[in-house]
Amino acid sequence: MASPAPKSPEQSDKSKKYDRQLRLWGDHGQTALENCQVCLINATGLGTEILKSLVLPGIGGFTIVDGEKVTEEDLGINFFLDIDSIGKQRALVATQLLLELNTDVKGDYVDESIEQLLKNNPNFFSNFSVVIATSLNERALLPLSELLWDLGIPLIVAKSIGFIGYLRIQFQEHVVIESHPDSQNPDLRLDKPFPSLSQYVDSFDMDKMELKDHAHIPYVVPLLKALNEWRQYHNLALPSNFKEKEELRQLIRRGIKVNEDGLPEAEENFEEAIKAVNFAVTPTIVPNDIKKILEDDCCINLTSKSKPFWILTKAVRDFVENEGEGCLPVRGTLPDMTADTNRYIALQQIYLQESLRCADIVHRRTQQLLHQLGQNTELITEGDTKLFCKHSSNLAVFRGTKIADEYDPKLVNVSMISQGVEDPDSLMVYYVMLRGLDRFISDYNHQPGEFGDEHDIVKLKACISKLLNEWGCGSLSKDDYVHEIFRYGGAELHSISAFLGGCAAHEAIKLITGQYKPLHNTFIYDAITSNTETFIF
Amino acid sequence: MDSPMSENNEDQQYPRRWNHIRKILERAGPFCHPNYEASPEVLNFVMTSCKILVIGAGGLGCELLKDLALMGFQKIDVIDMDTIDLSNLNRQFLFRRKDIGQSKAEVAANFINSRIPGCKVTPHFNRIQDFDEDFYRQFHIVVCGLDSIVARRWINGMLLSMLSYEENGELDQSTLIPMIDGGTEGFKGNARVILPGMSACVDCTLDLYPPQVTYPLCTIANTPRLPEHCIEYVKLIQWPKENPFDCAIDGDDPHHTNWIYEKSQDRANQFNIPGITYRLVQGVIKNIIPAVASTNAIIAAACATEVFKMATSCCLPLKNYMVFNDLDGIYTYTYEAEKKEDCLACSNVPKILEIENDNLKLQQLIDILCENESYQMKNPGLTTVHDGKTFTLYIPTVKSIEERTRENLKKTLSDLGLKNGSEILVADITNPNTLIFSLKFKSHS
Repeated sequence: MASPAPKSPEQSDKSKKYDRQLRLWGDHGQTALENCQVCLINATGLGTEILKSLVLPGIGGFTIVDGEKVTEEDLGINFFLDIDSIGKQRALVATQLLLELNTDVKGDYVDESIEQLLKNNPNFFSNFSVVIATSLNERALLPLSELLWDLGIPLIVAKSIGFIGYLRIQFQEHVVIESHPDSQNPDLRLDKPFPSLSQYVDSFDMDKMELKDHAHIPYVVPLLKALNEWRQYHNLALPSNFKEKEELRQLIRRGIKVNEDGLPEAEENFEEAIKAVNFAVTPTIVPNDIKKILEDDCCINLTSKSKPFWILTKAVRDFVENEGEGCLPVRGTLPDMTADTNRYIALQQIYLQESLRCADIVHRRTQQLLHQLGQNTELITEGDTKLFCKHSSNLAVFRGTKIADEYDPKLVNVSMISQGVEDPDSLMVYYVMLRGLDRFISDYNHQPGEFGDEHDIVKLKACISKLLNEWGCGSLSKDDYVHEIFRYGGAELHSISAFLGGCAAHEAIKLITGQYKPLHNTFIYDAITSNTETFIF
Repeated sequence: MDSPMSENNEDQQYPRRWNHIRKILERAGPFCHPNYEASPEVLNFVMTSCKILVIGAGGLGCELLKDLALMGFQKIDVIDMDTIDLSNLNRQFLFRRKDIGQSKAEVAANFINSRIPGCKVTPHFNRIQDFDEDFYRQFHIVVCGLDSIVARRWINGMLLSMLSYEENGELDQSTLIPMIDGGTEGFKGNARVILPGMSACVDCTLDLYPPQVTYPLCTIANTPRLPEHCIEYVKLIQWPKENPFDCAIDGDDPHHTNWIYEKSQDRANQFNIPGITYRLVQGVIKNIIPAVASTNAIIAAACATEVFKMATSCCLPLKNYMVFNDLDGIYTYTYEAEKKEDCLACSNVPKILEIENDNLKLQQLIDILCENESYQMKNPGLTTVHDGKTFTLYIPTVKSIEERTRENLKKTLSDLGLKNGSEILVADITNPNTLIFSLKFKSHS
């Protein structure tokens, strides 16, 4: 018996090991992961939890920056330190124990504090795909934020204190081709049928067909026939309100075969056509989000440094304005529907071929653009263009803000903070607490409540009032939150760090693979009530 | 190393290890449970008395064991009937390549016990059905990290059956064991807290589980359109007919997968259907659910936090259901799932099975029990009582009885002597207890 070649890529050891995740981000997503380098600043409990969920799925490599020695306290919150490591370099031990998780991953460490490293070797960071920082104080955070912003390297800042968690992602720009929307309408072009589709639909003389065949015509056929007929009487408009859609449904219904007793036969394909009136009979337009991307400066004004994403965007824009007659390239996929095999496959091929025709035009345009810009024409392959065209209705572009700007009262979004603080259901109050906490640590060099000194409550309150004052916000209505932060005394709870660790790792994976839409840009987790909230700073 | 002396020694050796947790537990705060009394006793209870049962040592289970051990719990049992597979290693971080083929529960327990001194995880390389009430009664809290709905329902039923009530009908709180349940699929997950008998149970919310995708047999046989249709054809029709390896399909046997892959490819070629891949074939045969490390870490952590809250009362528990999704940003939604008044598992109302009339065949009655959204049984066995004597209608699980009672499937309820109001006793793997239904006919035949 002929077996598939044992070395076919799908049976390789790696594809077996990573099988469950390859089903999500595909082999190309995995390749992106395997080519990336992650830097972790501070191997805290939270820090190693983040790296754990990056090492397991197989990033290329990581480097830990940490100048601390392992303490007994560390052992209670950090799984990647062991009893024998007390007193040793934390960066070293965490690197060793994390590397045990996956032999495909390379790991390295720098036994130096981030403050020192920033001072001694600011070029250190330039080769990382993403930098992740935990337990970072303001003095290190602000220069790091500026540095990575200028380098165009994404920065993820994570904090875990008591029952509260915080994530902030900083990047200049992040583009997504495969956003993997949970659900989307099919791209059937019923309002603007392309020639091969019309030809196929016209080739059916449904009345002359036997019941068995009639009941196995893909629903696109009766739907488009009925729609064309309806439009003839309505100046080629599309049915837009309930009454008009109902008329169209009636037209479709009239096509159902009738039995000897004058009763309609049960024809599932016609039922599907009737249902599809709601979601498939819509004008094919460029969605607003995509229009914005096509009108973006980066798209219109390409330069020799433009990224492939923007060159592809420009090529698609040109397509929309010319051959596409106002529409994006055809997606080229057909949802499953009641039909016999041959007719379904024929229709599927018609959509696929049309999508390839569109992609071909876009690709030629892409090559022209690369040539004009003096860029290597191999930078964008035909496969890249096909993928881009297929997902062109779900592209996403995110423009970020610099964390350091939040520390400038003139630049921070003050109205969002004050609105949030006044809303009792909003978790904004924890953002304010964490900022107050940062200020406290800068001023006093320890965590509020770390030694149980109740004076810390007053001092923390003063830090927070000062901040609110700088922002022009009113004071907090109650002191509960200050007391809660004091109670924590800087304590980190492992399960809170583990929750955030998973979240931060996943956001890093999104940034690295360019798939799925990332958190934009600040996330607060309140484990007391099990609620979360996202803010855009 | 099991003597209490050595455990004490270890704690004395590293007295500052639990300082983080100590800060939280030895100080009260404004968001504590109203009855919370901060004291060193709380951590002492967590470490020395509180017994936790973790069900499942897979993606969620590995995370749960680590999380609980680092939240101070030292008396943990873990049950898992599975062995370690290569495809587990992308997320089940307590396992290494050398462990493939070994018991998940045992390897996970050994790892935790050696990494975290003082923690005593006891493994059980078993099915949950291997244990009875006496076993489950020893735990303060049960946490589930399962991928099987049937197993969740079974343990849910077990915890419900252990409740006892006072004479005035009040629940005896000492018989209640909270159940904390997590589930994941790709980038989505959920965590929930169940107080058996008091809040919504697994069966109350059965409609939250999406039904498994199935394809009509006529499509598979006559009008295949998708690669999945071709694979299902080989699996359901060609395999039983040709019986290439003289046994049932084993999704883990590469020879079986190869055979199905090749035959599916043949069939797809015959119909010009594109898109058969080895990965897809495996996915369909084994009904593979995508899984990543990050989602498992998140959901397990949410569950561990709830165990900690429940064990210490330092905060009010989650009330009672959180959904999580990080496909687009990070989204969570927390709400209170409601107890279903006529829940099959946790309500005390008599269960009434409403059917058309006694012309219904026994097979059709079984189909109702399997297909109805509120029952979703798997392979129920039915008995009834005629004149004080037990009468077996159909038992599928014992071969000799199955053969003897198979004929009954074609008989109508009336043939079997069942009347309006007759009681049938139903046993199924979704519940450790036998359920009693009264038949109610909508009309008379």
